[in-house]
Amino acid sequence: MRGIVKHFPGAKALDGVDLEVRPGEVHCLLGQNGAGKSTLIKVLAGAHRPDSGEITWAGEPLTLTSPVAALRAGIATMYQELDVVDGLTVAENVYLGHELATAGVTQRRTVRRRVAEVLARLGHADISPQKEVGELSAAGKQVVSMARALSHDARLIIMDEPSAVLDSEEVANLFRVVRGLTAAGVAVLYISHRLEEIRQIGDRITVLKDGRTVAENLAVADTPTRELIRLMTGRAVDQVFPARTPVAAGAEEVLQVEGLGLRGSFSDVSFTVRAGEVVGLAGLVGSGRSEILETVFGARRATSGSVRVGGRTLRPGSVPAAVSAGIGLAPEERKSQGLLLDEPVYRNVTLSTFSRFAAGPVLDERGERRAAAEQIAALELRPSDPDRPIRTLSGGNQQKAMLARWLVHGCRVLLLDEPTRGVDVGARAEIYALVHALAEAGNAVVVVSSEIEEVLGLSHRVLVVAEGRVLHTGPSDEIDEHRVLDLVMEGSAA
Amino acid sequence: MSESLPPSLATAGGVPPDPDRPAPLERGAGGAGHVAAPGRRGLPGGGLGRNLGLVIALVALGVVGVVTAGDRFASLDNVMTILRLAAIYGVLAVGMTFVITGGGIDLSVGSVLGLASVWASTLATQAMTESFHWIVMVFTALAVGVVCGVINGALIAYGKVVAFIATLAMLVAARGIAEIIANRRTQIVEVDSFLDTFRAELLGVSVSIWLFAAVAVAGWFLLNRTTFGRRTVAVGGNPEAARLAGIRVRRHTLYLYALSGLTAGIAGVMMLARTTSGSSTNGSLYELDAIAMVVVGGTLLAGGRGTIVGTVLGVLIFTTLTNIFIQNNLSTSAQSVAKGLIIVVAVLLQQRLATRTPRART
Repeated sequence: MRGIVKHFPGAKALDGVDLEVRPGEVHCLLGQNGAGKSTLIKVLAGAHRPDSGEITWAGEPLTLTSPVAALRAGIATMYQELDVVDGLTVAENVYLGHELATAGVTQRRTVRRRVAEVLARLGHADISPQKEVGELSAAGKQVVSMARALSHDARLIIMDEPSAVLDSEEVANLFRVVRGLTAAGVAVLYISHRLEEIRQIGDRITVLKDGRTVAENLAVADTPTRELIRLMTGRAVDQVFPARTPVAAGAEEVLQVEGLGLRGSFSDVSFTVRAGEVVGLAGLVGSGRSEILETVFGARRATSGSVRVGGRTLRPGSVPAAVSAGIGLAPEERKSQGLLLDEPVYRNVTLSTFSRFAAGPVLDERGERRAAAEQIAALELRPSDPDRPIRTLSGGNQQKAMLARWLVHGCRVLLLDEPTRGVDVGARAEIYALVHALAEAGNAVVVVSSEIEEVLGLSHRVLVVAEGRVLHTGPSDEIDEHRVLDLVMEGSAA
Repeated sequence: MSESLPPSLATAGGVPPDPDRPAPLERGAGGAGHVAAPGRRGLPGGGLGRNLGLVIALVALGVVGVVTAGDRFASLDNVMTILRLAAIYGVLAVGMTFVITGGGIDLSVGSVLGLASVWASTLATQAMTESFHWIVMVFTALAVGVVCGVINGALIAYGKVVAFIATLAMLVAARGIAEIIANRRTQIVEVDSFLDTFRAELLGVSVSIWLFAAVAVAGWFLLNRTTFGRRTVAVGGNPEAARLAGIRVRRHTLYLYALSGLTAGIAGVMMLARTTSGSSTNGSLYELDAIAMVVVGGTLLAGGRGTIVGTVLGVLIFTTLTNIFIQNNLSTSAQSVAKGLIIVVAVLLQQRLATRTPRART
């Protein structure tokens, strides 16, 4: 496929993606969250239609109008969330949507025999076609999902993070199956965050970033892992980070996090942030960085440790306690975690403060609008109409609205999770300047980003996180991208 | 320029707001609640255009009524009859509007109404009322309603039981308790002061209609002009965003069901006054009508957008329809078919409106 572009309202999910998969190979697709992998898969599966670009299939141009069209062409997809129906049997699941039937009556015996054949081919003759899928393990469901893909005579199977729910033994079996498929000439497009898996199973790699292909057809054997991480986390364009204002000597330690832990996610995280300081958390997806922020904010209840703001210990697991102590969080998933998309901008800005404007229980919408308009002007939020539904704003301006919410609140501690996620490259400079301005104004800022350059460029001090542990804490001038990558790789390997 | 930011910020801009990349799609898209409907500005009841459609529907029904039943329909007496019928449903529907806007559903209101009417008309309550005041009966009914609502809310908000199931359980249980208390007998209200108060007329309009009007106005104010209403919209529109903004989502959910219980209690009092008896079958299946009226009125079943004006119009449309069928001596079965059609048409229209707006995610 060449030059695939997919727009969503107010956003560009894919911006010129090239991908080439050969028969019989395992082609790996790499990229951070939000790089556009899932959108690309949906285009290939016929669930989304691209706005431009073309797909060539076995030498012929191909237009995928629906998932059924994709299946007919021989492209089968195994989605990240297992798409099997628990209440049906294995056989019924495999033939779901293309039941073998004579005049509406399913040919149970034929189906059973064919499913048994497919399962045997997958090395899972032990799974009975009559078993209810709900009784199977996650790995078993994965096999069923794969059997379904095979039942379509697929020549390209897309596997979206197939190993996410599997343990290592099951992964080994998955790989065996994948090798069997490729030996039979089936192409596999394999998506995973786990780089070591890609090493084991992959033939060639394509890396996506910000909806573009940044590297194409890298041979797995010749590409070092750190190069892959660099491609995924590196800068798309050269960003000039504004000069940091040094933190005033003797600035108060506004946020003190001590021995914070969340069972199953991270443990023993300690750091402090002074007024005017930006502290960055660097780490890969799944390192626990977002969970750390959410736990500091009280959105998750810490299983150990404490969070203090201005010397006062916060009640654990209470967002209202954190908010009233002056902590604000701009969450990673802005749309699903932060905004009321159909509500006007000003109500989103005052979502945490509307009761403060209110006289008793009665809202003061004029006051709210005025306060929101002030921040809209200060943050140069465009369009500046406070009554517009926030859905119609671009990602960068939605992010500004999130910041405006906490500025109206008068926060002293701002936790920014992926502040430039879904923000156009051009608008990022504005967000960076904003983060610095917030720090200069005396706020304590914590930034989480998948982009190591961004963390290093924005913050005064950096914490490197991997596998839920803090591996390194120090000034960001004394560490560079390579050192962070080394730490992350060591930590992830451990 | 805000005080919270230094002037240096003003120079930070200068890059045009290009369309951005979307939020990542790797994780499951957030709650299903916010895929529909354009944003509404602070219009009373949410969207004049939609309410205009309902008004037109109501006027059309009126024309049908006049044409088919003539003066029997178009008399002041009959209008009052329609309004009296609307009153009980209307009070329930206002409470239901809050629950649905907040992203929930309350199937128990009909049963709770029945239980409230039975409890308020037991011999013991009436005996106490004789020696004190009719307010005792009212208080009993309201308390029963609120307690049932709090139980619903606690199960849903803190017990994490799905609203449909929790309130379905209450529907069955409240009806059962009412039967036990009433011993399957109808309890006649013999407290004259109670009947005198609630069967009276004020300026030629019966008290129950005034009550409906008061509940509707209070509901409109609560939903559109208070922090409670704002929280309701936030909790229904995107509970996670509301939680991360510091709103106590669970507590608010509890309040919503308590409010719905309270309106069921009020409706119970009105029912007692209308039928002069407490019966365990009072309010049977009213919950379905109330939900239908709310949805026809334009409140989004997925939560996040609600309109009291629309609900009132929905109530009037349904009760006018019922009245037309009665005036023309048509069967209640035909009436049910017509109601079903109205619900389908209204929801289809709602979906049309919803799909016309762009969606950020698919």
